[in-house]
Amino acid sequence: MKVYVLKRIAQGLVAIVGALLIVFVAQRLSGDPVALMLPMDAGEEDFAAMRSALGLDKPLPLPFGIFLGNALQGDFGQSYQWNAPAMQLILERLPATLELAMAGLVFALLLAVPLGVLSAVHRGGAIDRAGKIFAMLGQAVPGFWIGLLLILFIAVELQWLPAFGRGDLSHLLLPAIALGWYPVAAMTRTLRSSMLDILESDYIRMERAIGLPERAIVWRYALRNAMAPLATMIGVYFANMLGGAFVIEVVFAWPGVGRTVVEAVFARDFPVVQAGVVLSAVVFVAVNLLVDLSYGFIDPRIRHD
Amino acid sequence: MTETTLPRPLLGRLLRGAAARIRGGEGGFPWLAASVLATVLACALFGPWIAPHEAGAISLADAMTPPAWEEGGSSEFLLGTDNLGRDILSRIIAGARVSAVVALYAIVISGLIGAVLGMAAGYFGGVVDALISRLIDIQMSVPSIPLAMLFAAVLPPGEAMVIFIIVLSYWTWYARIVRGEVLSLRERDFIALAKIAGVATPVIFIRHLAPNLLNILLVLATLQFGSVIVFEAGLSFLGLGIQPPQVSWGGMLADGRNFIEVAWWLITIPGIAIMAACLASNLVGDWLRDTFDPVRRQI
Repeated sequence: MKVYVLKRIAQGLVAIVGALLIVFVAQRLSGDPVALMLPMDAGEEDFAAMRSALGLDKPLPLPFGIFLGNALQGDFGQSYQWNAPAMQLILERLPATLELAMAGLVFALLLAVPLGVLSAVHRGGAIDRAGKIFAMLGQAVPGFWIGLLLILFIAVELQWLPAFGRGDLSHLLLPAIALGWYPVAAMTRTLRSSMLDILESDYIRMERAIGLPERAIVWRYALRNAMAPLATMIGVYFANMLGGAFVIEVVFAWPGVGRTVVEAVFARDFPVVQAGVVLSAVVFVAVNLLVDLSYGFIDPRIRHD
Repeated sequence: MTETTLPRPLLGRLLRGAAARIRGGEGGFPWLAASVLATVLACALFGPWIAPHEAGAISLADAMTPPAWEEGGSSEFLLGTDNLGRDILSRIIAGARVSAVVALYAIVISGLIGAVLGMAAGYFGGVVDALISRLIDIQMSVPSIPLAMLFAAVLPPGEAMVIFIIVLSYWTWYARIVRGEVLSLRERDFIALAKIAGVATPVIFIRHLAPNLLNILLVLATLQFGSVIVFEAGLSFLGLGIQPPQVSWGGMLADGRNFIEVAWWLITIPGIAIMAACLASNLVGDWLRDTFDPVRRQI
């Protein structure tokens, strides 16, 4: 177990260094990286100073070493658009993105858990079939379009909820639905199949024989055990939602990491883009690592030997 | 007791009917999905000849005409016009062309790269496998949308950049599955015999491995077509993908967003096109998978 944990952590670190390498290569692809890092009106001395600070006048491995060293300290340079350290800007926007991703996850679970359980209990029934159609549509309909439709129908036509910005719960609802939309289908199908397995198991049959009410059997005993595969998926989907939030944040003018990065791309504020991409890779790797390590706790039958 | 809701068996039958019609029954050929996909491809091939108007033709006098069935609509513009009086139907057709071309290039290139690297990793094993597998891990540790932002910030926007970004995020999918497939293929007798007979390694790859991978690659490619279209639409919606004057469904949604309060058709119709194209290719892909590769129903 210990060996496994250490190995997974090492793999995670390799992945993060790899992600930094991709960022570094992207920076180099643009030709002169200094042109990206300095504001438009920088003079020739600024260029020369920046070049030597980054080791760009030295052979190739060195610049990456310096970049890596700075990156590990969270230093991606100054945003010239906002005149503040790029990573600090991104970290300030992170709570808004986490809030949105959490809300999206809650929405997905609120829909997927009842749908999955009822599809398994009434297998082949109307809910099961509706779930299947929903699953097909869910994969084909992009979340940002759901967002636009929600704005059109709920915010513009019915005027029930605000369409833009961050504030109280009413602001959170529509973007959370748009973001949480995608994983619902997969979560429902996963829960359905694990519920089907468990409902046929001996101990459920036993509980039925004892005469426990069916509702308690399904919702209390079976669901608790069927949640294990879903619980492991939750982390992965949460990590994916942080990436998916990029587009949803733009649709709803949500002041999070994604919208900041998109705006930085248009402003050619490359330090901010770098910081945002690296932070989302780190969060993604960390969440996936936690999920892998928690398998053993969620389902004690899985052992990492 | 009065029953006001739809009786259950009837509702069930309706849903079953709807599902079967979309999916083509249990295992049957999905006719509806295939014809939608064929329509998208036909628009891609013959778009300029089918379209009633030129996609970029501006006619301010006709601006914001609603679809033909709405009050104020005109049969000249079946799906209405946008704020510049450009015909939506013609733009949808032009967008199909761009989406299909981008998706085809992206799929062929990422499929080729993924297949070659996956074959090498599975066949040679050892250091090669370790290197390629690590590369896949690294690639998969950066979520694809932030990765796209990164390259959108440094590369000139347009079709080539979109294809590059899609290839970058999608090749791992092919590589992983091909690698797994080759791991089992290389243990088979015909590969061992070819090796003993002294067949050169590239020839083993092309003559003996590749033909056995064609089915799975075809299935993966079809299943990816839809996902690539959605990805491209997302990028273009953000303004980082296909650039005007080229037409893309995602770009149409971004334009329509500014008129969401006055012209509902500008944001519904391009979305329906994206959904239909993606749904159709997923269903045809599912059918291909079940037909050619019944073992792998999981992917």
